[in-house]
Amino acid sequence: MTRLLAVLALIVGLAGPALAVLPDEVLEDVALEARARDLSKELRCPVCRNESIDESHADLAREIRLVLRERLVAGDSDAQILDYMVARYGEYVLLDPRGGGTNLILWGAPLGLLLLGGIFAAVAIGARREAPDALSPEEEARLASLMDDAPKG
Amino acid sequence: MIAELGHFALITAFAVAIVQTVVPLVGAWRGWSGWMGVASPAATAQVLLVGFSFAALTYAFVTSDFSLRLVVLNSHTDKPMLYKVSGVWGNHEGSLLLWVLILALFGAAAAWFGGQLPATLKARVLAVQASIGVAFYAFILFTSNPFTRLVQPPFNGEDLNPLLQDPGLAFHPPFLYLGYVGLSMAFSFAVAALIEGRVDAAWGRWVRPWTLAAWMFLTVGIGLGSWWAYYELGWGGFWFWDPVENASFMPWLIAAALLHSAIVVEKREALKSWTILLAILAFGFSLVGTFIVRSGVITSVHAFANDPDRGVFILGILAFFTGGALILYAIRAPAMQAKGVFGLVSRESALVMNNLLLAVSCFVVFVGTLWPLFSELVFDRTLSVGPPFFNAAFTPFAIALGALVPLGSTLPWKRGKGQVLRKMLPVLGLALAVMGLAWAMQTGQSLGGPLGAGLGTWLVVGALVDLFSRTGRGALADRFGRLFRLPGADWGKAMAHGGLGIVFVGVSGLMAWQQEDIAALDIGDRLTVGRYEVELKGVEQVLGPNYVATRATLEAYEGGEPLGRLYPEKRIYPVARMPTTEAGIDSGFTRDVYAVIGDAQVGGGWAIRVYIKPFANWIWIGSIIMALGGVLSLCDRRYRVAAGARKVAAPRGGVPAE
Repeated sequence: MTRLLAVLALIVGLAGPALAVLPDEVLEDVALEARARDLSKELRCPVCRNESIDESHADLAREIRLVLRERLVAGDSDAQILDYMVARYGEYVLLDPRGGGTNLILWGAPLGLLLLGGIFAAVAIGARREAPDALSPEEEARLASLMDDAPKG
Repeated sequence: MIAELGHFALITAFAVAIVQTVVPLVGAWRGWSGWMGVASPAATAQVLLVGFSFAALTYAFVTSDFSLRLVVLNSHTDKPMLYKVSGVWGNHEGSLLLWVLILALFGAAAAWFGGQLPATLKARVLAVQASIGVAFYAFILFTSNPFTRLVQPPFNGEDLNPLLQDPGLAFHPPFLYLGYVGLSMAFSFAVAALIEGRVDAAWGRWVRPWTLAAWMFLTVGIGLGSWWAYYELGWGGFWFWDPVENASFMPWLIAAALLHSAIVVEKREALKSWTILLAILAFGFSLVGTFIVRSGVITSVHAFANDPDRGVFILGILAFFTGGALILYAIRAPAMQAKGVFGLVSRESALVMNNLLLAVSCFVVFVGTLWPLFSELVFDRTLSVGPPFFNAAFTPFAIALGALVPLGSTLPWKRGKGQVLRKMLPVLGLALAVMGLAWAMQTGQSLGGPLGAGLGTWLVVGALVDLFSRTGRGALADRFGRLFRLPGADWGKAMAHGGLGIVFVGVSGLMAWQQEDIAALDIGDRLTVGRYEVELKGVEQVLGPNYVATRATLEAYEGGEPLGRLYPEKRIYPVARMPTTEAGIDSGFTRDVYAVIGDAQVGGGWAIRVYIKPFANWIWIGSIIMALGGVLSLCDRRYRVAAGARKVAAPRGGVPAE
């Protein structure tokens, strides 16, 4: 059976999973390569389900990684490269959506809820607060002596 | 024949669930105890029937009955037995059957152990629980029947998705479902309480163990899933902010909030209506998760069964239960009178903050997960929301929460004073020292690493100091003696909070200080990553039961000293036509050496990638400790529930009053 499996594997001709960033892609310049890796993590592989091009094994992801490195070597800034990718593949490739336009809601909604919740919590705590009469100095002293006698609770 | 019996049992369970929904509700409304009494035996009958149905499906998988469509699609005779069994829930239909089994199990558990519940409340809880069952039985029977037969059975099956053929993932779904579905108990209690119009300390005490159990199972389930992703997906990521992961994380966050607010209801009879709302939302998010995983409207790495019709059905269930409960809430909640009063600086206030942070952080995850869908539908703007957004938006909440926990958990109820700060000041100093040390020792300018180390210290030592301070006064030896007689809940709390701190260290350390390199290695070549070296000793073909693997043998060295051998594999499953990677990992207390083998290179040699992953294990160890904290706390609860109305005698030696 195991032999059958091996034969089957050959017939099906499956390539094993390629690693994401391959040795031949890596740039000589360590600083540039580090920037390339950081940028790769912000770009989505357009043909994959939900992976960045840094993680993806897909051919297209490899192509984009190579283009990205070409641009870096050519001296583009990070922002320029992201703009270039957006122009080529659409806003879809950005894993960190840009703040403009309707995306303000994405950032604003949680902040709004935090603010609203904060106000609500403050009101709730305020409403639940005791309006305690402060202890008089004698009461404080008596309490202190009692506390010293009893095991602390 | 057995499959038909299983199918029939499932239909019968559906009928029983309808009866269990209607009769006890009417009984509780009219005050007929006979009708209310139907609930308990019906719950038992349900669990027996679904249990039989599930056993029938398992039998079909174990015996490789290829006349069943589901078995053909997800099994193969060569598959190891473990995965034949786990194949039962490694697919849409079977996992739904597991879902209803667990739902019935929780319902029956409430019937068996709910002896002290008031009769009307018990009847209503069981009826609401059964109504959720009715919806899901209908969903299974009408859209996703696991017992469909094939007219012409094939000779063999198509094998289970190879990624799922792994011990970590075999047990991941059952735990996750125990968590998801466990939250249905909190939901049922909340809706029943709304119908009753009564929420008191006793209600808080009853609902808490169920929530705690669900939270604990979710913690284990998420931990297992994350661990699996780490060693199986080939690049050692542990959390991808994928929609499906977020689907499990959102109920976890809300369950954690619910857990804490239920304490306030139990001890102080405050925050009642908020707690009810959280109980509804927690299960609501479970249903949202079900929708995300099973509808296919959101692309994800691991969604299964992408069928829009099913999506509509689940959306209907979600709308009915969450919407219905929220309407009921809007009508009834204003009647809930809160009793306890508390000062600005008090345990109650701290728990309000905890709830605020957890709820809003859950909302961040929710908005980020659904934003691509929403944006495309409403603004016709196709975009992605990925890890960079979530990391930036979620981390502040995690940090704020971590900073709050040791302070909040030491504050006294009602009104606190500066004594807490005094107690925690040395801990704060220690945490800052650790932070400084991490800053000084690290290479690079990462802020996250030292911050995580400091927060972790703050949480772990803070939890220990809090625990020790509960032993009261006296000689040190006495106090140590008392430490082990503290109630389980105190230990549970300390462990859960400490475990969170350990997770903080793991996550931040791994993210800040990971090192990696990749190279094409010939046999005998070495790759150096930081203090570590890896030498390629050989590459061979290995045959597994249902796969073929290319396995590399690597010798790892730390500072020149041999560490041991790593065997990363690249597997191909011919029947399923899928490749997988198996990383070779040398696990250590402070770091993992993580190696992956890639393709043979054109110029000769093999692509070998090596990662050094600092503190990776702390993430899962911390998760386990958190879950164990839940177990300890649960044991304590059980004792107290069993003790019932009997007043617990004040323990000698001055265990502090809560």
